[in-house]
Amino acid sequence: MNFNQSYFEIFGLPAAFDVDLDLLTDRFFELQKEVHPDRFVSRTDQEKRLAMQWTTLINTASDTLKSPLKRAIYLLGLRGVELAENPQLPPEFLMEQIELRERLEEIETGDASLEALDGFKKEVGTVISSLEDRFSGALSDDPGRAETLVYEMQFLNKLLVSANHLEEKLLDY
Amino acid sequence: MALLQITEPGQAVDPHDRKRAAGIDLGTTNSLIAGVRAGAVEALPDERGKQMLPSVVRYTRDGVIVGEQALKMAVQDPHNTIVSVKRLMGRGVEDVGSLGEQLPYEFVSDGGLVRIDTVAGVVSPVEVSAEILRALVDRANETLAGELDGVVITVPAYFDDAQRQATRDAAKLAGVNLLRLLNEPTAAAIAYGLDSGDQGVIAIYDLGGGTFDISLLRLRRGVFEVLATGGDSALGGDDFDHAVAEWLINRAGHEGALSPQQYRGLLMQARAAKESLTGSASVAVRYREADFMVDVVLSRDTFNELVTPLVDSSIRACRRTLRDAGVDPSAIDKVVLVGGSTRVPLVVEKVAACFGNHPLNDIDPDQVVAVGAGLQADVLVGNKPDEEMLLLDVLPLSLGLETMGGLSEKIIARNTPIPIARTQEFTTYRDGQTAMLIHVLQGERELVADCRSLAHFELAGIPPMVAGAAKVEVTFRVDADGLLEVTARETGTHAEASVEVKPSYGLTDDEITEMLKSSFDYAAQDAAQRSLAEAKVEAGRAIEALGNALAEDGERLLPVRDVEMLRQAITRLRELAEGDDHQAISEGTEMLGRASEEFASLRMDAAVRKALAGRQIADVDNEI
Repeated sequence: MNFNQSYFEIFGLPAAFDVDLDLLTDRFFELQKEVHPDRFVSRTDQEKRLAMQWTTLINTASDTLKSPLKRAIYLLGLRGVELAENPQLPPEFLMEQIELRERLEEIETGDASLEALDGFKKEVGTVISSLEDRFSGALSDDPGRAETLVYEMQFLNKLLVSANHLEEKLLDY
Repeated sequence: MALLQITEPGQAVDPHDRKRAAGIDLGTTNSLIAGVRAGAVEALPDERGKQMLPSVVRYTRDGVIVGEQALKMAVQDPHNTIVSVKRLMGRGVEDVGSLGEQLPYEFVSDGGLVRIDTVAGVVSPVEVSAEILRALVDRANETLAGELDGVVITVPAYFDDAQRQATRDAAKLAGVNLLRLLNEPTAAAIAYGLDSGDQGVIAIYDLGGGTFDISLLRLRRGVFEVLATGGDSALGGDDFDHAVAEWLINRAGHEGALSPQQYRGLLMQARAAKESLTGSASVAVRYREADFMVDVVLSRDTFNELVTPLVDSSIRACRRTLRDAGVDPSAIDKVVLVGGSTRVPLVVEKVAACFGNHPLNDIDPDQVVAVGAGLQADVLVGNKPDEEMLLLDVLPLSLGLETMGGLSEKIIARNTPIPIARTQEFTTYRDGQTAMLIHVLQGERELVADCRSLAHFELAGIPPMVAGAAKVEVTFRVDADGLLEVTARETGTHAEASVEVKPSYGLTDDEITEMLKSSFDYAAQDAAQRSLAEAKVEAGRAIEALGNALAEDGERLLPVRDVEMLRQAITRLRELAEGDDHQAISEGTEMLGRASEEFASLRMDAAVRKALAGRQIADVDNEI
């Protein structure tokens, strides 16, 4: 029993940013079928506890690997890179962020149309995808660059969360 | 579609090894218990043949009455007769006012927990629910001729952690072995065998006596995700009865108000008429009580007109929920009807029209949830060793923490499979800050005020540093039952402090022991007997489990010497368990556990290897 395996090793996947999500899901279910606590209802307490620990590990690992941002942070962690509390970011990136935030506010205070919000979310999604593509390449060649890309991904994900909150608000009316 | 699961010859568990399992639908108005009898899961009747137990508990100076007899006294003795206690489960005093209805009870505030003052003393909703559970379990023990080995209890999909915790506490207090809590809509889907389907979106339309719930589930390889829930907590079949009663008063041309007695009688007539109209096109209603008299024929068409606004209101809730989930009605693969009020033909018709899909209703809609829970209990308790079904539970509502500005930061998103653990790092806000207030929240909304507050606690002893230098790791750990534990640790300077919390409205183990001691059924001298009985059951379970494990894998995984050692340990515990020293028995059970620790871990390794090995063979096959 080795609880120190990496999340990738648990599912027998290569430790890379590009993950075959279908394969991950398949292996997740194969493992669950063997270790889930529901399979251990009439086993010894020791086995029940191990089943619980394994299932927690498998769920946490799969939750981490399924999300590109969590996966990226985890990969940096495996390379010993800890994220900074207040990272330095390129000024042009910050300018872009301010502009995007302003546009979101305009949608809210302006005509508050769901169409405009949809378009905005799609645009943010495209930026996130391109950051993810660049992260995949930078991870092995330029770890410093990869770290910066994660901060940028964090910014944009927060922006997307704000956009989703606005959407909920608009739908409530 | 598989309604009943038929066991193939040779796969059946030896009847002597069969465990007794049951599913419990702990409802707002009525409760049921379903268990396996003659090979099929069915709702178990009481000695009068009634399957539904009114969820009503009456406290008197002489004892506790549950069910029909208690319900009869609800009007006469409202303070001591507790109805709809489910609405109070896991609720704080401040929630009670916002439930949107007048409750006749004398509430007592006790550390945030709701308690009700009755003639038999102050009781909590958990204790009231435990009485209902006990009545149901007693019935099952009787019908199944023996003690239950385990139960599955259902809860609404939207129940938060505090409400689930309260239900779990009630099970503990009632002394039942709770295998797991199951979402009501999931139970209904299992009853129809929908869990064996590959994937799809399922709508569960649940119209009970006083509440309406609509749930959308997505099934993917044994995982039911709750996509959205909605409904109306003040809409149900009782409203149909009122509508008919009003019409009858109108037709009778009665002037002035009816006495409570007259109106109650009229409601019963209205209800009977509603029920007959399920099968016939019209019904004659004759009723006379004091100065009130009515003698009319009610046709189904007229009845439909009367209840159309009510049914339409439920359909509007369905549409809202579909939109919330971003699901088009045409994407719904199956619709399941739950709740007695779905017997009304107009309901079936309107639901079919809304979803463009004829709903499933061939299992009794009052029993379908209990039956599904019973099927799941039967699998969990080990009666179906070849059953592939594995239901992965997901977190019903997101868990998070309050951050600056009254915002909720999500730590674990809803629909994440549980058990799960997740750690997030936080930092101090001010220079020299030595303590941090951790506020645990549940819910999807952005503002703290819109989420449910589960717990508050303080992490003290942070060394004074500049703002942002201290690092506090907050870990959320949710176990397979959805039970939450939150731990905070200061790690920046290796100084550590940790706190564990339970939801504010949960009960501590001490409180449960205290309630057990003070309840009617367990006088002080019984407590010792109960401990002994429990220790014996525990020892028996441990012996059986290890015995089975040794028989299956002992020789394969352990040196002969170790197998022998464990067998001797089993023999020793068996001898101990024949005595009456509960302390010694408990210690013996624990020793046995420790001795088998390594064996357990070897077996688990073998299981994990098996999962991976199976995969590699499959991969090779695919390549060929």
